[in-house]
Amino acid sequence: MSTNLANLLYLITIVSFVLALRFLSNPAHARRGNQIGAAGMVLAVVVTWIKIGTTSWWAIAIGMLIGGGFGAVAARKVKMTAMPQMVALFNGVGGGAAALIALAEIHRILPEPGAPKVDISVAIVLSALIGSISFSGSMIAFAKLQELIGGRPITYPGQQIVNALVFLVAVGSGVVLVAGVQDEWLLWILIAAALLFGVLFVLPIGGADMPVVISLLNAFTGLAVAAGGFELENNVMIVAGMLVGASGTFLTMMMSRAMNRSIANVLFGAFGQVQAGAGTAAGANGTVRPTTADDVAVMLAYAHKVVIVPGYGMAVAQAQHDVRALADVLESKGVEVTYAIHPVAGRMPGHMNVLLAEANVPYPALKEMDEANAEFPRTDVSLVIGANDVVNPDAHNNPGSPIYGMPILDVDKSKAVVVLKRSMNPGFAGIDNPLFVEPNTMMLFGDAKESVAKLTSAVKQL
Amino acid sequence: MSHNTLLVFELTILVLAIFLGFEVISKVPTLLHTPLMSGTNAIHGIVIVGAMIVLAQPDKSAFTWVVGFVAVILASANVVGGFVVTDRMLEMFKKRAPAKDDEGS
Repeated sequence: MSTNLANLLYLITIVSFVLALRFLSNPAHARRGNQIGAAGMVLAVVVTWIKIGTTSWWAIAIGMLIGGGFGAVAARKVKMTAMPQMVALFNGVGGGAAALIALAEIHRILPEPGAPKVDISVAIVLSALIGSISFSGSMIAFAKLQELIGGRPITYPGQQIVNALVFLVAVGSGVVLVAGVQDEWLLWILIAAALLFGVLFVLPIGGADMPVVISLLNAFTGLAVAAGGFELENNVMIVAGMLVGASGTFLTMMMSRAMNRSIANVLFGAFGQVQAGAGTAAGANGTVRPTTADDVAVMLAYAHKVVIVPGYGMAVAQAQHDVRALADVLESKGVEVTYAIHPVAGRMPGHMNVLLAEANVPYPALKEMDEANAEFPRTDVSLVIGANDVVNPDAHNNPGSPIYGMPILDVDKSKAVVVLKRSMNPGFAGIDNPLFVEPNTMMLFGDAKESVAKLTSAVKQL
Repeated sequence: MSHNTLLVFELTILVLAIFLGFEVISKVPTLLHTPLMSGTNAIHGIVIVGAMIVLAQPDKSAFTWVVGFVAVILASANVVGGFVVTDRMLEMFKKRAPAKDDEGS
């Protein structure tokens, strides 16, 4: 197959990717878009396969079977609540592949006579650097989300300096390589330093900031792939990689705007260590009012309007189906039930929407922050399920709070607030929440799934 | 096409892709941000094309062989996993739950 014909067919792939993104503008045909994108991907693979001929075809086939088999099984088996770590994992392997391609290319080019072209070596350095950071960073994000390592920010004195030094080593060896020192070891050093940097850079970031980090790593892999496209002079990799780069950047900006913090602050602020371990909200300036499922059930059943505010705790307890069941029972009693979704609730952008969609909650009932906030003053009961920082009034009232200025869901404006929580431990960000001691707040302690199930049966009996 | 002409051409489509990306993605509702992430995740699986090209080089060293092979594995996990996960998610977004169907299950 000629290069021209291949590029022409790649253009179809590019169009299919753009359509896939375009179709995502509406949930009604989003799935079709994804299928179009997948078809475009198949086309690109077939075209490439015909173009490269039969060299090592069996190795490619075996590699695809192993990788594809793993991907398919993992993607099918994973629970919806574990989605953020799956996204992190698939993101990481893509970045790793881009870094490996850079390594193979430098190995091929350096022995050739003459210096490599500058743009090619720049592309190699960039895809090795960004791809490696994305790979190890995503793996750490995966480990944090999978709770293989603690979700709390990990910090130590001089952290920024160590990180900066490691990053400088990576960039420095890249610069030396581009400047014309033809030594493959430079790329090895670069990759090793970049891998280390990826680890160091994600470790200090707390669980609550994960949506920003995952979006950013997504952008990184896209950029690494685009750089790989320059290495191999491959249009479809350049365009597709850059589309992802743009998308990831956009989401990163959205997420940090939703937290009213700069991206730099999220990445280097490591917030949470300030008040970490301060699980003393009770004694501070008010008392916590524990309540029982039966009491809450009465409140809910006789309310006109109930707003459910889900957070990461709902995901951890896998309570989304029970929440839906509770909402069904309430609706059958004539109560209006909606869901208020904070943009950074959960561990990735749109996390709560996916979970509730899994539980068959119709998406028009999911309200975004602005819309939800307008409704709280006429809400009888706000049911906060496993959310903490996104409903913390300190964001409005306490200039000393690490989350001061972050837009929140104003549940404290509703007539009553019921918070379902495992215990009085502070949330992942480790910040006290005065909402818990406000006069119109009641706490229902226990596992979210069990509490919601109890509420459902109690409401049924009324 | 000379190398530099090609480079300029590639840079052109790169920049256009950035604008196109922002344009298309700004239309995606927050409701679908997770599928957007995982969908774009699948799209950067296009790195599989590069991995195939590396592994298909004639007369390659054992080193390139291994590196290319691992790259193909990683990239295909990315592609298949990405699209399947996204499909699973998008399947769930329904306007209204079927009235009776899921009650029984």
